[in-house]
Amino acid sequence: MNSTIDITKTHVAYEWKHDRPLIACRMSPDGLQAASSSEDSSLQLWTVPTGQKKVLAGHESWVHALSYSNDSQQLISGGCDGRLIWWSAKEETPGIVRKIDAHTGWIRGVAISPDNTTLASVGNDKIVRLWSFATGEKICELPGHDRHIYSVLFHPSGTQLVTGDLLGKIHVWNLADRKLERTIEATPLYAENKGQNAEYGGVRAMALNIERGELIAGGTHKATNPFGAVHEPLVLRINWADGVLKKSHSCEGIPGGLVWRVQWLKDGTAVGVSGGSTGGILLFFHDALEKEMHRFKLPTLARDMDIHLESNLVATAHYDNHLRISGMFAKA
Amino acid sequence: MSIAHYACGSQDHGLNRRRFLRQSLSGVAAGGAIAGGLGTLTHGAAADQLKSQDMRVVVFNMHGGLSQLESWDPKPGTKTGGPCRAIPTSVPGIHISDLLPYTAKQMHHLCLMRGVNTAEDDHGKGAYLMLTGRRQSAAAEYPQIGAVAARMLNDESRGLPGHIVVTPGGGGGKGNEAAYLGPKYSSISLGGSKPPPNTTKPDAINDEAEARRHEMRRHVNQEFLSRRRTAITDAYTHSYEQALRLMERKDVFDISKESTKDQERYGNHDFGRQCLMARRLLENGVSFVQVTHSNYDTHNENFIFHIEQLGEFDQSFATFVADLADRGLLEKTLVVVLSEFGRTPNINLYYGRDHWSKAWSVLMAGGKMARGAAFGKTNDEGTEVVDGQVDHGALFHTYLRAVGVDSSQTIAVDGRQLPIADPAAAPVWKVLT
Repeated sequence: MNSTIDITKTHVAYEWKHDRPLIACRMSPDGLQAASSSEDSSLQLWTVPTGQKKVLAGHESWVHALSYSNDSQQLISGGCDGRLIWWSAKEETPGIVRKIDAHTGWIRGVAISPDNTTLASVGNDKIVRLWSFATGEKICELPGHDRHIYSVLFHPSGTQLVTGDLLGKIHVWNLADRKLERTIEATPLYAENKGQNAEYGGVRAMALNIERGELIAGGTHKATNPFGAVHEPLVLRINWADGVLKKSHSCEGIPGGLVWRVQWLKDGTAVGVSGGSTGGILLFFHDALEKEMHRFKLPTLARDMDIHLESNLVATAHYDNHLRISGMFAKA
Repeated sequence: MSIAHYACGSQDHGLNRRRFLRQSLSGVAAGGAIAGGLGTLTHGAAADQLKSQDMRVVVFNMHGGLSQLESWDPKPGTKTGGPCRAIPTSVPGIHISDLLPYTAKQMHHLCLMRGVNTAEDDHGKGAYLMLTGRRQSAAAEYPQIGAVAARMLNDESRGLPGHIVVTPGGGGGKGNEAAYLGPKYSSISLGGSKPPPNTTKPDAINDEAEARRHEMRRHVNQEFLSRRRTAITDAYTHSYEQALRLMERKDVFDISKESTKDQERYGNHDFGRQCLMARRLLENGVSFVQVTHSNYDTHNENFIFHIEQLGEFDQSFATFVADLADRGLLEKTLVVVLSEFGRTPNINLYYGRDHWSKAWSVLMAGGKMARGAAFGKTNDEGTEVVDGQVDHGALFHTYLRAVGVDSSQTIAVDGRQLPIADPAAAPVWKVLT
């Protein structure tokens, strides 16, 4: 497969169907497997590129949070049942390695430290929790958010944890002393609608690029009617050193759009996936442009994505039951 | 009570000023005189007896359309169930959504109506039929349950309005809620937990001047009423007298009089304070209180919004129900939790649910309602009612029967006998004790 990246040639390479709408997805670091979750509360493991599917049952509710271990051997899932499950993803018959009741209410995000020793989980109970990846024992709790926490990532050095919440607050935690180090304001991603008595938006996704010294945060803005999905996707480009907003990447013509995930490509291009009434769209951003530099319209509405940087493949989870694998390069 | 006749040929033209003032200022007599002009029950003695029973109604209006699947009729593990789970309640065998853990502990007081089919997916029309028991039509206007309760249940000697609507911003209450019952039974709207505005006499006016002002007003009113009395003029007169009584009893609307502990138990948010206000009003004998909780019209991200909204609703509502029960008020108070409709079993592409009136739920409690019961059933995916189907008409009859009102009776208005509930419908007898 020709894997020289060319985002303008992005195309759907594979599409595999499950029985129910999909919610989240991840690709294993070795690129040989993709995982997804669906509205039937199961997980699916898909062999890349054959599409062979294995279904995992273990959660009692939907799963929004997925992460592979750095060696691709285990998959961690965090469910709306508040449970974390470690799965042996690469065995012939994948099974549950460990299951713990981790949060009260939904788990919204999980991340694994660069050295694979620590698992971080966040959710609706507003508490960040750190776990031993090897044993599942709780290391500590980090209270400090005032609303649901949607996103979490480790600094590549492993010394800091970054968590983002509904209010648009991004907390940077020092993992040496387990204290809140600073808070970055991403408030353009937050909306309060007093007429509907609703708060909406938040930091739905984050990605950190240390080489560029930038954090990107994705979500939505212009939420004039959150209950009616009247809002538009937004990605913020933030200077990591001082937390100052460098650029707001807004995207026109995507009514109902919300950026569910953001990631970086190797060349420093930021990528986001948006759902909305116009369907699923991959959005590519350059730091010199406010609007996206390129957009790729997926066949149907997408709810999550994961990029495998080595193969330039991007997996997307879709409402129409499909997991799609797109190549960000020219068709062979 | 007497039947009044307006404008031309009124029997009350002979009402002299002294008699009018005496009645206006003396509680029950004043209420009777004014109410008499707006139509009466066919059987006045029965009405008096009903008022002596001291029954009340409180409606929690879950504005926008509460999802039955995330509240009273969860379907976990099914195609339509969504991510929320079902939890056991204080009644073995009855499960409700895990978004309502506090309410689940009060299930032994509650009665779920799980087979509601109102066949109306429009917000305005759905709200109308749920509050009036009739389908909206251009041919007639019908009074809302709040106006009917005020008409049938309110003891005006207490000096408090019989129909109060509590909303976060104080809106509402401006429509024709009372219809043919007359504006006297329209609601007084409270903004959040604040007392009605302008209920404090300005410092610059002393008591003597205040008394003279009102004597002058009554005199002029009486002169006018002797020639041109109508329901509207009665309502104006009633409004002034009611305002006077409200000023005397404004403490009833002051929830700061409640203990700090109670204020904490109900929650430090608007809805918690509104529930505490509702308890306070009911304890003081207000016959009807409606508390609006907004908003549930969750076409987008239904689940996170229901987590937020019901997270606020649950503890306050459960505390309210428990308090009514502990204080012996639940025997005398019908509690209704309703919406204009439910939400679609199908989960849309935005994780939302849309409008769905074919199979949804209403919660009732107190008065003569069965306790710890679930009536009616939907199919496995919640798309249809398969047992115990009821509609708005049956529910309206049931509201009234639950507070001891014969819902088959009529009200005489200007010589016409008008049924207080849809004669084509009947109460759900199986849920009434």
